[in-house]
Amino acid sequence: MSLTLFALTGAALVGLGVYGLLARPHMLRRIIAFNLIGSGLFLFFGAAAARGTGLDPIPQALIITGIVVALSASALAVGLVVALARSSGTAYLPDEEGRL
Amino acid sequence: MSVALDITLCALVLGVGWATVAGHGVFRAVIFFITYGLLLAIVWARLGAYDVALAEAAISAGLTGVLLLAAHGRLRRLNASQEVPLHLNLPAAVVAVGIAAGLGWAWFALPAPTAPDLSQALPQSGVGNPVTAVLLNFRAWDTLLESVILLAALLGLWMLARDHAWDKPLGLPYHARPGGVLASFGRVLPPIGLIFGVYLVWAGADTTGGAFQGGTVLAAVCLVTIMAGVLHAPRVEQAAWRAALVLGPGVFVLSGIAGAVFAQGFLALPPALAKPAIVTIEAALTVSIAVTLVLLVIGPPDEGEQDA
Amino acid sequence: MTALVAGLTLPLLAAFAAIALPMRARVPAALLGAGLTLAASLWLAVVVWQTGPVTLSLGGWQPPIGIALRADGLGAALGVMTALVMTAVALAARHEMAASVAGPRAGFGFWPLMLLLWATMNAAFVSRDLFNLYVVLELITLSAVALVAISGKAEAIAAALRYLLFALAGSLLYLAGVVLTYAAHGTLDISLLAARMAAPSDALALGLMTAGLLVKTALFPFHVWLPHAHSAAPAPASALLSALVPKASLLILLRLWFEAMPDLAAPAALLTLASLGAMAVIWGGLLALAQARLKLIVAYSTVAQLGYIFLVFPLAGGDGGAQVWAAGAWTGAIFQTLSHGLAKAAMFLVAGIYLVAMGSDRLSDLRGMARALPMTGFAFALASITLMGLPPSGGFTAKYLLMTAAFASGQWAWALVLAAGGLLAAAYLYRPLAAIFARESAVAPRAIPRSWQAIPLGLAVLSVALGLLSSVPFEFLQIGRPDPAAEGL
Repeated sequence: MSLTLFALTGAALVGLGVYGLLARPHMLRRIIAFNLIGSGLFLFFGAAAARGTGLDPIPQALIITGIVVALSASALAVGLVVALARSSGTAYLPDEEGRL
Repeated sequence: MSVALDITLCALVLGVGWATVAGHGVFRAVIFFITYGLLLAIVWARLGAYDVALAEAAISAGLTGVLLLAAHGRLRRLNASQEVPLHLNLPAAVVAVGIAAGLGWAWFALPAPTAPDLSQALPQSGVGNPVTAVLLNFRAWDTLLESVILLAALLGLWMLARDHAWDKPLGLPYHARPGGVLASFGRVLPPIGLIFGVYLVWAGADTTGGAFQGGTVLAAVCLVTIMAGVLHAPRVEQAAWRAALVLGPGVFVLSGIAGAVFAQGFLALPPALAKPAIVTIEAALTVSIAVTLVLLVIGPPDEGEQDA
Repeated sequence: MTALVAGLTLPLLAAFAAIALPMRARVPAALLGAGLTLAASLWLAVVVWQTGPVTLSLGGWQPPIGIALRADGLGAALGVMTALVMTAVALAARHEMAASVAGPRAGFGFWPLMLLLWATMNAAFVSRDLFNLYVVLELITLSAVALVAISGKAEAIAAALRYLLFALAGSLLYLAGVVLTYAAHGTLDISLLAARMAAPSDALALGLMTAGLLVKTALFPFHVWLPHAHSAAPAPASALLSALVPKASLLILLRLWFEAMPDLAAPAALLTLASLGAMAVIWGGLLALAQARLKLIVAYSTVAQLGYIFLVFPLAGGDGGAQVWAAGAWTGAIFQTLSHGLAKAAMFLVAGIYLVAMGSDRLSDLRGMARALPMTGFAFALASITLMGLPPSGGFTAKYLLMTAAFASGQWAWALVLAAGGLLAAAYLYRPLAAIFARESAVAPRAIPRSWQAIPLGLAVLSVALGLLSSVPFEFLQIGRPDPAAEGL
């Protein structure tokens, strides 16, 4: 029961993240959206790993690796957004809706 | 009772997740994101995945949150933090619902679970925590590349510096008020944090913890001391800091090669030596992870906006 | 095994050295690492040629507990192509990315990023584990994005950010498929997955992974990030990004559809992949025709040239795998991958020389460059022959093999795509060739040492030689091929 609940929550978080990615062009919002998608996938994965007898350690290790990978990508993305704002005065990509 | 708790928890996670997407203002989205990470850590604890819970809280909510907060502050000063009014984007909603529904469907379509049998391998791994055994022994190649990813992200971040600022200290110039709360905090916290961080790495061999979680705590300590002005932000050309960046991945690669020369193959750890080898690799990795995380948070060399 | 491990660890150690060492020792350390890694890649190819595929269970742990590596003919051949391009780029970067020329920032960052990219490309060519490949793809992405941003210009920052946005979206799609695969089968190993019991969620998993990899390979219509990212980077970095980086995600795509889950290769899916490839050939060619700057022409041409490779799916995938023409189509696609890599790197290195010599890569500023710098003109012409698919180049062999398979299988529509793509390539390359070989020369360019001019020429000659000496690479690529039942036509 709880596992299905967690898995479906994970799936819904992925959906939320996808919506944020497509509908919220401010780059900091998009970085948050990427993290939502990633964490939703991991929650789904964690629930799937708990279905058998005991908790499978391999997915847990993969998820920890994935969290560190997401942090690395977020760090570079955040740096690029600041550099973009410094050079162009906006946190939106050129030719995307949302220019103020 | 526990199902009711889980339902409440999931509803909270979804509600806060929704707020990061739909709430007004980027700043609030960042704050909601940090809350979201902490709630998710509780979900991981409910699943019994304590190592993941710790990583989620320390790395996702903590460090990513700090990165986003710092970036928001910077964007505000550059007048780039405002957002155009948000409105419902129907095509995006259709795609999002479709993907979520697809994953939901897949959950019910999954065949019976099959997990690899680790009962033979775990006693040979040298550590008691199965997650650490996977990270540092069975799938050490993943973990090695993961430590290199942190390094690549830092190199990429440094490439965003302006050329004339390259020889300046890393990050924005920062001044703490001498004798202020932060300055005294910066002197009291490090010893406590240092002990906790080292404990996490050491304990990670047999119980919850590990190099990434411990490294994050040490990074937080180091950041506070820099912000308090006790420790000065380094420059790129300071060799000791650059050496600290590559120490962990370097020791990892060399021990992998030693496995190829003296044991059964690349990254192989003979069972008798596995524990000391893993502790050595983790210790070196922790130093590099902590330093890399600190430098990722403080950012590339920068002089601020006044000269732009 | 030693050669395999050396190809992975040497560039990593060299990258660490290039970070930690003091300024004057960095470039020598990086060049030493490059030389040793080149030797390791060639050595691995020799071992594969003599003894067949090399396999290795990392840490001594067999899948599904551990991660397996396997160097087959395909992986080793891509490793050699990568090594040749990387070595040429390293030699050219001695001139262009030295701290005294590019500034201390770019002069510091280029070398470790290049070496990290090399290590992870090699890892991508041999890894058999789908999650390990996710980590590898992310490392490639971060290094590649950093190499775009290294130029420091405002347009490069925007291009790098857009690149990262697409690449991360691709990574997450791929990761979603990996999660579903492990949840259904308890393994991520390509060989074990080939023997799995099919699950209902497999089609969704393969679809998600494929979509993610298509974004990373910049297949039409996911190509919009590529041209500006590739042209905004400094020329040696552009060469790496265009010639090598898309090949990693492409290879994983081939491994998924031909090795891990060939049972799911439904005709409609294969047709869709090839149709997108055909659109890329046409649309990329048309956009290349409309550009006024050499680097943008060359970058749009990458969109078109990658498109050809996707014709392999209906010609050699699914039920077609057992047909007589499959080996030819499959090998033709790999030939295209290899010869495009060599020729494209040569073109970007020529563009880099012109940028140094003239301070511009606008076609109107490059008139008569072949007179001033003859070796560069010759190199560009040879690389163009490969991209147009004219005999006797490697590009000709590739398109000949694909076209033969298209006719033999009765799918002549793909032959039309190949012919139209060749005409378009001739058209979009005619303009830079006409400018470079124009009789008049505008301004006297800055002198460029002959040893530097010879670097792109070497790559261009290799891209043609691949066609002249095609029988050895043809046989080499069959080593460890998933569907060796049928011999070529």
